[in-house]
Amino acid sequence: MLSIKNLHVKLEDEDKQILKGVNLEVEAGKVHAIMGPNGSGKSTLSYVLSGKGGYEVTDGTAKLEGVDLLDMEPEERAAAGLFLAFQYPVEIPGVGNMTFLRTAVNAQRKARGEEEMSASEFLKVVRAKAKDLQIDAEMLKRPVNMGFSGGEKKRNEILQMAMLEPKMCILDETDSGLDVDAMKLVADGVNALRSEGRGFLVITHYQRLLDHIKPDVVHIMSDGRIIKSGGPELALDVEHNGYADIKAEVA
Amino acid sequence: MDTITLNEQSGVKDGVDQDTVDAVREVGGKYKHGWSTDIEMDYAPKGLTPDIVRLISKNNDEPEWLTEWRLAAYDRWLTKTEPTWAMVDYPEIDFQDQYYYARPKSMAVKPKSLDEVDPKLLATYAKLGIPLKEQMILAGIEGAENAPAEGRKVAVDAVFDSVSLGTTFQDELKKAGVIFCSISEAVREHPELVKKYLGTVVPVNDNFYATLNSAVFSDGSFVYVPPGVRCPMELSTYFRINAENTGQFERTLIIADKGSYVSYLEGCTAPQRDESQLHAAVVEIIIEEDAEVKYSTVQNWYPGDENGKGGIYNFVTKRADCRGDRAKVMWTQVETGSAVTWKYPSCILRGDDSQGEFYSIAIANNMQQADTGTKMIHLGKRTKSRIVSKGISAGKAQNTYRGLVSMHPKAKESRNYTQCDSLLIGSECGAHTVPYIEVKNNSSRVEHEATTSKVDDDQLFYCRSRGMDEEEAVALVVNGFCKDVLQALPMEFAMEAQALVAISLEGSVG
Ligand SMILES: Nc1ncnc2c1ncn2[C@@H]1O[C@H](COP(=O)(O)OP(=O)(O)OP(=O)(O)O)[C@@H](O)[C@H]1O
Ligand SMILES: [Mg+2]
Repeated sequence: MLSIKNLHVKLEDEDKQILKGVNLEVEAGKVHAIMGPNGSGKSTLSYVLSGKGGYEVTDGTAKLEGVDLLDMEPEERAAAGLFLAFQYPVEIPGVGNMTFLRTAVNAQRKARGEEEMSASEFLKVVRAKAKDLQIDAEMLKRPVNMGFSGGEKKRNEILQMAMLEPKMCILDETDSGLDVDAMKLVADGVNALRSEGRGFLVITHYQRLLDHIKPDVVHIMSDGRIIKSGGPELALDVEHNGYADIKAEVA
Repeated sequence: MDTITLNEQSGVKDGVDQDTVDAVREVGGKYKHGWSTDIEMDYAPKGLTPDIVRLISKNNDEPEWLTEWRLAAYDRWLTKTEPTWAMVDYPEIDFQDQYYYARPKSMAVKPKSLDEVDPKLLATYAKLGIPLKEQMILAGIEGAENAPAEGRKVAVDAVFDSVSLGTTFQDELKKAGVIFCSISEAVREHPELVKKYLGTVVPVNDNFYATLNSAVFSDGSFVYVPPGVRCPMELSTYFRINAENTGQFERTLIIADKGSYVSYLEGCTAPQRDESQLHAAVVEIIIEEDAEVKYSTVQNWYPGDENGKGGIYNFVTKRADCRGDRAKVMWTQVETGSAVTWKYPSCILRGDDSQGEFYSIAIANNMQQADTGTKMIHLGKRTKSRIVSKGISAGKAQNTYRGLVSMHPKAKESRNYTQCDSLLIGSECGAHTVPYIEVKNNSSRVEHEATTSKVDDDQLFYCRSRGMDEEEAVALVVNGFCKDVLQALPMEFAMEAQALVAISLEGSVG
């Protein structure tokens, strides 16, 4: 599904290398988790994959189902099936959440040559999905992420993901700032989307999310590289012992 | 689906709508109203002389007093110089190289049926989005008033170059006592009203362009709403400049008598031409005790190409006079077109407890220059005004908000609130805010808030990461920025305005 080879990324305006040769293979139907210390490059990886400006790829490739992602515009990547749930979801004043969602859904449909979703069909679907995530009608009407609590923003990201039905979902610290109940809701939302044809890359600092979303593979990222990969037990190891031992082991 | 409530429907419609996006796609990067209609025209000779003024007056069958009024204005105009204080820069206008009067030949004699109407004129109406029945009425078809109406009810007056082509729904309005007709017709049918009010809000010698307009105004709309009458439908005028090298000088006069209410919409388009065209209109509104007027404009004159070639020079004087106590006026404008915009719809708050509101979206892209804002003149006690201005600059455009809030000594306990936000797209454009505030009593309060921001890259990336292309993303974010003003527009206009916002920002990114 997602295939990253030897990815090197630096800041566009500065001589600062952030990703120093990332290799990662996420198969369809699998959930991969990435853990790693603050500043190790996890968000950068997710941004570069989804096409954010300000970064320069100096080496390596990233492909979605064999198609080169790095040549595409952000919206083309989205239409191809890539989705990023942001670590810090962006506020857009004056734009209704519902309008935003509908514009996004129809933009992707158009880009794929599919028929647009009618207003009534859209409403029906969005109401059902919002209900599952306990997002009330009021939140759908409010401007995108404006005045949402941290947890509401994260649930809103998952609602977008549920509406857009991407093939490859990247979740960047979607669990941060969630209370216990919200964590369960988000995890249920993600689990509901788990399917044979869909891959997940879940960036997190905590085991507790992985209690709910059982990963197939866990990677440890440090200083711009994946330094260790393993099964779910690797996350437990980090939870108990931190990163020091793993770093030392690799060094 | 029958279970949708209205509320939820509007939830989908707020902010940008799919229509916006469709509209952008449809026009494919072109100015939407850029077509011109190849219609045989009658022109008066080029240039401005007392004879031309007399000819215009004669063609309108005007009484002597009005001819004299025009000629006096002409004399005043000769002594005036063009104002230069606005932050706009354009080549000198040769006022003798303009036509001051043009009208479609086919309008000389009234047609009997649709077959007799110049099909090109009908096509023009269709492109303007005027419903068929109203097209028939505008074309002057006898009996068209009695044909069944489709859809919405908006009375329309269309002004094509210098001439008003007719007004729809006359009968229905008449029943309510509302007079809505061209100003030339009003001069003939209701001379006492015209004589009483014309030039009382914008005096003949007010400013260079208003004086010019007073001399040569060719047509425009006239509205009178009698005491206690709530106008049963929206009134709307479409202005279109079609003929080449022709200035358009329309004159609008609206009178809301005691306790009445009217909502008036004005839409403007012009063809795409290499030569710049002059537009100098005057709008006067008189609002008596307890009356209320809403005046909405969607101005989409041709803005010129991306190098600044062509486009309309728009010098407009609009003023509302709240003469009676508790009179209310609300100006809402969406200014997306014109190469140069010079426009300050103003409110004279004369009556005690009268209120003025000004909501404005001004978009300037490419080489466009907009210098626009409002004047709130507080004369009466406890008068209130509110200004919400959203300026958007893109390309190499310059956008200036210029506003005056003046609290006179007698305007005790009056209030003003001004919010003035500028949004910049790209790094070559400019936004300027020039607020003038005069407070001459110590019980009034003036609040002014201003912000300038760049369109946020993180917001655009967020939208794009969800599948919107760059133009869609900009349109969405900008429509969000303008939300407060878009909400002030009548529903039908709001949709059109959203689409326009998107269209006028085309090519501003990437
Ligand atoms: N646009 C930028 N400008 C300057 N530095 C940047 C930029 N983007 C990333 N960095 C730097 O690159 C490094 C990696 O940042 P990144 O956000 O990818 O880390 P992370 O692994 O997601 O950390 P966290 O766990 O705290 O979210 C950090 O040192 C960060 O400061
Ligand atoms: Mg991060």
